[in-house]
Amino acid sequence: MRLHTAGKALNFRKPVLGRVVVEPIPRGMRKDAILVLSSLTESAPDLDGYAAIVVSGKVGDGATSRPLVHSVRETDHLRPGYVIVIEPLNGFVRTLYRPDSPHNTLFATERCNSNCLMCSQPPVDKDDVAALTERNLRLIELMSPLPEYLCITGGEPTLLGDHLLDILKKLRDITPSTDVHMLTNGRRFAWSDFTSEFAAVGHPRLSLGIPLYSDDSRIHDYIVQARDAFDQTILGLHQLARHGFETEIRIVLHALSVKRLHHLSEYICRNLTFIHHVAFMGMEHIGYAPRNMNELWIDPVDYQEELERSVRILARFGIDVRIYNLQLCVLRQSLWQYSKQAISDWKNIYVEVCDGCAVREKCGGFFHWDTKLQSRALHRIPPC
Amino acid sequence: MARSFLPISDFGLSKSYRLLPFRFRRLTNEEEILVNECGEFLAVPAGTAARVIRKQLSPNDSLYATLKAKHFLYDDYSSPLLDVLAAKYRTKFDFIHGSTKLHIFVVTLRCDHSCHYCQVSRQTVTKGEFDMSREVASAAVDRMLESPSPHITLELQGGEPLLAFDTIKYIVSIAKSGAAQRSKELDIVITSNLAFLTDEILEYCRSESIKLSTSLDGPDFIHNSNRPRPEGNSYQLAIEGIKRARRALGFSQVAALMTTTQLSLQHPMEIVDEYVRQSFHTIFLRPISPYGFALKSAHKTGYEMQAFLDFYRAGLSHIFELNRKGYNLVEIYTKILLQKILMPEGTGYVDLQSPCGAGLNVLVYNYDGDVYATDESRMLAEMHDHTFKLGNVLTHTRAQLFTSPAFVALIQAGCNQSLPGCSDCAYQPYCGADPVYHHATQGDMYGHRAWSGFCTRNMSTIDHIFSLLLKGDDDIQDILWAWVNDCNLTEMRAGLPQ
Repeated sequence: MRLHTAGKALNFRKPVLGRVVVEPIPRGMRKDAILVLSSLTESAPDLDGYAAIVVSGKVGDGATSRPLVHSVRETDHLRPGYVIVIEPLNGFVRTLYRPDSPHNTLFATERCNSNCLMCSQPPVDKDDVAALTERNLRLIELMSPLPEYLCITGGEPTLLGDHLLDILKKLRDITPSTDVHMLTNGRRFAWSDFTSEFAAVGHPRLSLGIPLYSDDSRIHDYIVQARDAFDQTILGLHQLARHGFETEIRIVLHALSVKRLHHLSEYICRNLTFIHHVAFMGMEHIGYAPRNMNELWIDPVDYQEELERSVRILARFGIDVRIYNLQLCVLRQSLWQYSKQAISDWKNIYVEVCDGCAVREKCGGFFHWDTKLQSRALHRIPPC
Repeated sequence: MARSFLPISDFGLSKSYRLLPFRFRRLTNEEEILVNECGEFLAVPAGTAARVIRKQLSPNDSLYATLKAKHFLYDDYSSPLLDVLAAKYRTKFDFIHGSTKLHIFVVTLRCDHSCHYCQVSRQTVTKGEFDMSREVASAAVDRMLESPSPHITLELQGGEPLLAFDTIKYIVSIAKSGAAQRSKELDIVITSNLAFLTDEILEYCRSESIKLSTSLDGPDFIHNSNRPRPEGNSYQLAIEGIKRARRALGFSQVAALMTTTQLSLQHPMEIVDEYVRQSFHTIFLRPISPYGFALKSAHKTGYEMQAFLDFYRAGLSHIFELNRKGYNLVEIYTKILLQKILMPEGTGYVDLQSPCGAGLNVLVYNYDGDVYATDESRMLAEMHDHTFKLGNVLTHTRAQLFTSPAFVALIQAGCNQSLPGCSDCAYQPYCGADPVYHHATQGDMYGHRAWSGFCTRNMSTIDHIFSLLLKGDDDIQDILWAWVNDCNLTEMRAGLPQ
């Protein structure tokens, strides 16, 4: 699944967002539309009023005064109704919203106040907040039809401060029936004034996903590379609960988190009694993770017993458990019922050993980058 | 601009630690249990408590991290999270919130049964002067509704309350309209032997959504012997009553309680099987209360607590077998203790609370308007011991009842956190305080734990539950967790790794 491409930008200085159309449409409706064409030469179409034009062929200077990206490598993936953004500096054409996908996200910022050893999308220290907020607010206006589900991700969305509140207010007003799930490290919610403002937005369908990697604060802080992060996240979780937010705890499985996994599970049961969902996630072999593999790597087959023990603790407590990103041939069969296929549609694949596997249809497969470091337990499950 | 990573040594280890309140108990020669202020426990090798207390743990020990996370100790890096301990403590004691929830009305002392263990001096069926008057009923309903609790349970009992059905109807009507005016939820239960259950009464209970609670002591030879009637048919009447009531009101609207007598002690299996035969899914293996006629007729009912505990363990193990075979049956006392041990919340069970449930979570209004802290204190009064009489609904306000010398004395002796023998007991967070029991049995509300039946029962029961939790096989564990989760074993297992 392709989400970006690039060409040569002309006639604009700020990013332009619009909804893809592939056929000319009446003038009065063009304000929000980006017309995608193979070339401008054939019929010399009327280009007035479109937000922008994307052309796969080459277009000379002066052919139009509208914002334009030409010589675009691929345009087949740009389907009608998709929301895309074109960028002036590098001619990037990014797909931001696909109404036919269940995996749409609002990317809040590349910045983060943590620096997790296994981060799959390492933070970047640049001030992108204002520009990305502007883009996201515009994106919300353009989404059509509206999504059932939307994920706010980053970076760390709470670093947006008031901008985050603006985005949530816009979602609340424009698409109140969309389930919005925000991935955050939860640290900022330790400050009760921020949490109160966040809650005061009154978004009707907002839930949060917050990672917790150890019941030992020191280990958690080390994993996320931030002192006091554990205390802040725990206090943040309590503050959020006080305001009635539904939060999912997310645990990435690696050598450092697996060591005390059942203690962490007990900790969640007794100290975070308002938590109803816990997700265990196999580590992705991308971003920072390859750099820290000496410390992080454990073959998933070697932590199955501890994982099962942890799942049992949580499930006995009535907590809903899900396991993501672990192939069924590696995951203990007693845990298959918790396995969910959540790897986004644009990144999961299967490898050779999966051919003819009896449970391939039920299995989440791999992120393509994870095929580089595989469990020794990987095998084809024969039909029974 | 790639960031660099900090080594683990940059994340500080405390040089010393301090203890948070916790208690401990040797379970076996090899194992002891540590229990913190909120009831979280940790089974550890014998000698661990001493090491912890003597500050011999290293911050690098895995046990150190576990004890810190579970709030047994704190160090230089813990301070923000002590708030979490406070939140846990608040959760555990939430049962205090709202004050008195259970209000028992003794609508009449009249009864047709002459049970050996009866806790009151029964009156003959026709003596109207032992019925609650309208004036008393009205004032008692006022006191009940003055309780701040938004959710109130009204229990109508006797004697045999159905002998005073008109009084019941009057109380229910004024209680319902009063509760509606104050926007309180009201549950109503009638505790009856069901001997006088007519179609009219059943139709009334159905239309008013009133539940029925009755006694079932076991199969006929036990029930009839424990609960004599002139006709010798109390078992038959109870069973017929249960069936008719279930048909009229719905299965879940009818509950049964058993009391253990000397005779019962010999027959744990038969008693449990009787509950299965009658399709009950809960059973409460309850020792006799050392009050009322039970003390007088000790030759027929009295026994040592140790004998009861043997009975309880035998019954419980039979109950586990039934659950294993697919019949869902919950032993209520075990379930209550499990909730206290395994769950962050407290329970609403008044006999195992500290501060004691007496008065704080239950009040009893006698037929004559006298207010008692518990049903047991009312029984003492029937034996001319008025120690726990808080006042009378006709002459005392709610504030006066709760500042009466009787209530103040009760509460002073009603916190196991400060009772000798309890304050340093590992099971204190799971247990309660029962000043009424200790007054009745030892003549001293504070009591001495060494010869307290209350203490013996709870220490042994909790020891037994821990042995099941720590050593029980997978089936036992799953059954115990199913009880805590209000589901059956099959449902419980469906949610677990298998």
